[in-house]
Amino acid sequence: METSIWRPILYLVGIMAFAGLNAAYLGWCERKGAGRIQRRPGPKEVGFAGLLQPLADGIKLMTKQLMVPQGVDGIIFRVAPVIAMIPAITSMVVIPFSGNIQARAMELSVLLIFALASLGMMAVLLGGWASGNKYAIISSARAVSQNLAYEIPMLLTVISIVMISGSMNLRDIAIDQQGGFWHWNIFRFENGHFLYMWIGFIIFFICSLAETNRAPFDMAEAESELVAGYMTEYGSMGFGLFMMGEYLNIVVGACLTATLFLGGWDCPFGLTPGVWWFLLKIYVLIFTVIWVRWTYPRTQIYRLLNLSWKILIPFSLVNVLVTAALIKVF
Amino acid sequence: MNRIEKTQVALAALFPEGENEPETVTPVEGDEAEEAVQTGQRQPGVQPTPYEKHGSHLDVLCENEQVVDIAGVLDKEGFFLETISGVDWLKQEQLEVVYDYTRYDHELCRVTVRTFISRTDPELPTISSVIPGANWHERETFDFYGVNFSGHPDLTRILLPEDADFHPLLKDYMP
Amino acid sequence: MTLPVELRHDETFVLNLGPQHPATHGVLRVKLTMDGEYIVKAEPVLGYVHRMHEKLAEAGNFAQFMPNTARMDYLHALAFNQGYALVVEKAAGIEVPERAEYIRVITVELNRIASHLLWWAAFLLDLGGFTPLLYAFDDREQILDLLERITGSRLTYCYMRFGGVYNDIDDEFITGTRDFIKRLRSRMPSLYHDLVTHNIILIKRIKDIGFITAEQCRKYGATGPVARGSGIDYDVRKNEPFSIYPELDFDIPVYNECDSMARYMVRMDEIEQSLRIIEQALDKLPDGPVQAKVPKLLKPEEGYYYSAVETARGSLGHRLICDGGKTPYRLKLRSPTFSNLSLFGEVAEGMLLADALAFMGSLDLVIPEIDR
Repeated sequence: METSIWRPILYLVGIMAFAGLNAAYLGWCERKGAGRIQRRPGPKEVGFAGLLQPLADGIKLMTKQLMVPQGVDGIIFRVAPVIAMIPAITSMVVIPFSGNIQARAMELSVLLIFALASLGMMAVLLGGWASGNKYAIISSARAVSQNLAYEIPMLLTVISIVMISGSMNLRDIAIDQQGGFWHWNIFRFENGHFLYMWIGFIIFFICSLAETNRAPFDMAEAESELVAGYMTEYGSMGFGLFMMGEYLNIVVGACLTATLFLGGWDCPFGLTPGVWWFLLKIYVLIFTVIWVRWTYPRTQIYRLLNLSWKILIPFSLVNVLVTAALIKVF
Repeated sequence: MNRIEKTQVALAALFPEGENEPETVTPVEGDEAEEAVQTGQRQPGVQPTPYEKHGSHLDVLCENEQVVDIAGVLDKEGFFLETISGVDWLKQEQLEVVYDYTRYDHELCRVTVRTFISRTDPELPTISSVIPGANWHERETFDFYGVNFSGHPDLTRILLPEDADFHPLLKDYMP
Repeated sequence: MTLPVELRHDETFVLNLGPQHPATHGVLRVKLTMDGEYIVKAEPVLGYVHRMHEKLAEAGNFAQFMPNTARMDYLHALAFNQGYALVVEKAAGIEVPERAEYIRVITVELNRIASHLLWWAAFLLDLGGFTPLLYAFDDREQILDLLERITGSRLTYCYMRFGGVYNDIDDEFITGTRDFIKRLRSRMPSLYHDLVTHNIILIKRIKDIGFITAEQCRKYGATGPVARGSGIDYDVRKNEPFSIYPELDFDIPVYNECDSMARYMVRMDEIEQSLRIIEQALDKLPDGPVQAKVPKLLKPEEGYYYSAVETARGSLGHRLICDGGKTPYRLKLRSPTFSNLSLFGEVAEGMLLADALAFMGSLDLVIPEIDR
C-alpha cells in the first residue's frame, strides 16, 4: 500500500464529498421519488427540476438558531447530532467501491462497520435522552430495543457470508463473487449445492431497513405517535445532521448489501467490472428503500420486535446452520 | 303492542299517582296535548306527542329524583342516551333539563324526559351511574348552566376553561 | 384489555398528547397516564376550539345561525346545514319542494364521500402511510370543485335555506357528478383497496385493535360508523327516514367485528353506497322550484322540537326549543363525535400508545364538532 500523504487526503476529500453529496441529494431524490409515487411533480421551483432545493434547505437550516431546551445536558444535546454523522462517514472508509477504489482494506472491515452502526444508535439514545422530552425518551427506548433486536439476525446472515468467503474483509468478499451474477452470494452455488442465500438477502435487507429507522420500521420517529421522536426538540442543523446521518446510514446499508450479496463492483454479465456497477447497485437499493417508505404504512413497535425475535432470528439461525452444513458436511 | 306503547307502559309504572290522567295509547293530536307540552304546566307523567311535529314520540315530565329511575327503565328497554340539554326559563325562575333517548333498532321510539329545577340552587341526581355516556353530557350541562349533578364522579368544566367562573347559557349571563 | 405485567404506580408517567400533536387532527388533548408504552388511563380534555355556537344561536334570528352550522363539522358541513334546516322546517311547518330535497341529498352525499375520503387519508397518515393522503385528496378535490360551482364555497358551506336550497344545480354539475361517480368507481378497487385495504401491515395494525362492544356503544350513545362497526344496524337515514331517503335504494353496511378494521370497512362501503344514492337521485331528479315561499322572519310556534340526520360521523341531533319569538330560545346540538369520543377513555385503557392512536383515528374525530 502506498504511504504517500496524498492518498489519505484524496480519500478524505473523496469520501466527504461522496457523503455530503449523498446526504444532500438523497433528500432531493426522496422528495422527487415520493412525488412521483404520489402522482405529483415533487420539488421543481428551486433550480432546474428543483435541483437546488437541497442547497436552499441547507441554507435555511444553517441560518436557524439551535435551540437548547432549558434544564437539559447541553453538551450531550449538542454532541448527539454529530455522533449521528460520524459513524456513517467513517464506515465509508472500508467500503470497496471498486477493485481499486477503497480507502482502507481492513481485515475485519465487516466487524468495524457493525461496531460503527451500534455507535450510531448511541446518537439516537443520547439525543433523545438529552432532550428531556417524554416523546424523545420513548423514541430512544424504541430505537435501542429495535436496533438490538435487528443486529442479531443481521450479524447471523453476515456470518454465513463470512463462512462462504472465508474472510471478514469486504474486499475479499467482493473479489470472491467476481465473474457474473451466478457467482454472487445471493445465487451462490458451493460444492454443487444451491445455498438459498436469497433468504439471507431478504433478511439482511429488512434488517437494514430497521437498522436505519426507515419506514415501515421508523418507530423511533413515528410522527403520528411521537411527534418527531428523538428529533422533537431539535431544530436548525441539529435536526439537519440527524437527517443527513439517516441518509448516510441508508447509503452505508446499501453499500454493505451490494458488497455482501450482489457482487460489489462486479458486472452482472461477467463483462467489465467497475465502480459504475457498484453505484448502480447501491442506487437501485436506495430507490427500493424510498419506494417501500412511500408505499407502506408504519408497523407497530411490538410487532416489529416480534418480527425480529420470533421470525428473523430463527430463520437466520437456520440459514447459518444449513449453509454451514452444505459447505462443510455434504 | 308496539314499541311506543310498551315504553309508555313501562314508564307509566313510575308515576303511580298519575293514574287519574287519561291513559291514552294513541298519540294525542288535540290542542290540550299541544298546550301541555308547550307550557310545561302539566302534571308529571308520560304523554304521547305527535312525532311528525315534534320529533319525539313520548314526552315524560318527571320529578327531579325520577330521572335516575327513568334512565334505568329506558336503559333496560334498550334505549341509548342521545343528549342532555339544559334550558333556562328566566321568566319562570326555573331551569329545565331535557334528556333525549332513542333506540338502535328499527322500532323507532324517541323519548324526551324533562324535569324542572330551581334556578337558584340547581341540583339533580346524576344518571352517569346507569348510563356512563351521560357523564360528559352532564359535565356539559354543568358547564353551561351550573346544574350540580349530585353523585357525579367528576363534575368539572368540559368545554370551557377549567378556571371559568360563569355559566354562559344562562339567559342573564352578560359577557 | 389488561396490562401484560402488574402495574407499579410509582413507575407511571403522564404524557400530554396534544393539544398540538400530529395525531389528534386539531386541538384535542388527551392526558395519558403511561406505563412504558402501555396506557394506564386516558382522559380526553376538550374545549380548545370551543366557540359557544349554542349561545350564538340565541343571539340572532333563525336564518342567521345557518352559516355557523358549517363551522362545526367542517368536513361534512352540508349535513349540518341540512340538520338545522330540517329542525327549523319542522318547527315552522315549512314544506320543501321535491327538487330541493333531491339536490340536498345529492350534495350531502357528495359531501359525505369527501368527508370519508379525508378520514381515510388522515387515518392512513396516522398509521404512517403518507401516499394515500394525496390519492384521496385528488378525488376529494373533484368533489370540492363540483360543490364550489353550485354552493359558492369549498369547505364551510351555507347552501341550505329553510324551504329549499340557495342555488339550483345545472347540467354541468350533473354531468360532472356522473363523471366523478365513474372516476371514483374505477379508482376505488385499485388505488384504495388493492394498495391499502389489502395491505398486510395495515390489516395487522387495525385488526382486533380498539374493540368496542355493541353494549358499550349503547351505553355511551355511539352512532355512525363506530356503532355500525360493532354490529349495530343504526343509520338515521334508514331508522328514522327523512328527506327523500325512503325513495332511494341503498344499503347500510354493518360489520360485526367491533374492531378498527370493521369501522374502516364500514366507511369504505359507505362511499360506494353514497355513490349509489347520488346516481339514483340524479336519475330521479324532478323539475320544479328549489325554494319554497318562506317568510323572511320565521316565528315558529312555541314548543319542543327534535330532528336527527346522519352525518359522516353519526347521528346529529338538533334539540330546538321555541318560545314563539324570532330567535331560537334554545338550540342544542347533539354532535355525534362528542358521544363517540367519550368511549375512548374506557377502550384505550391497557392499549399500546401506537394502537390507541390507530383506534383514535378509526373514531374519525372532528374536533370543532366536539367542542362546538
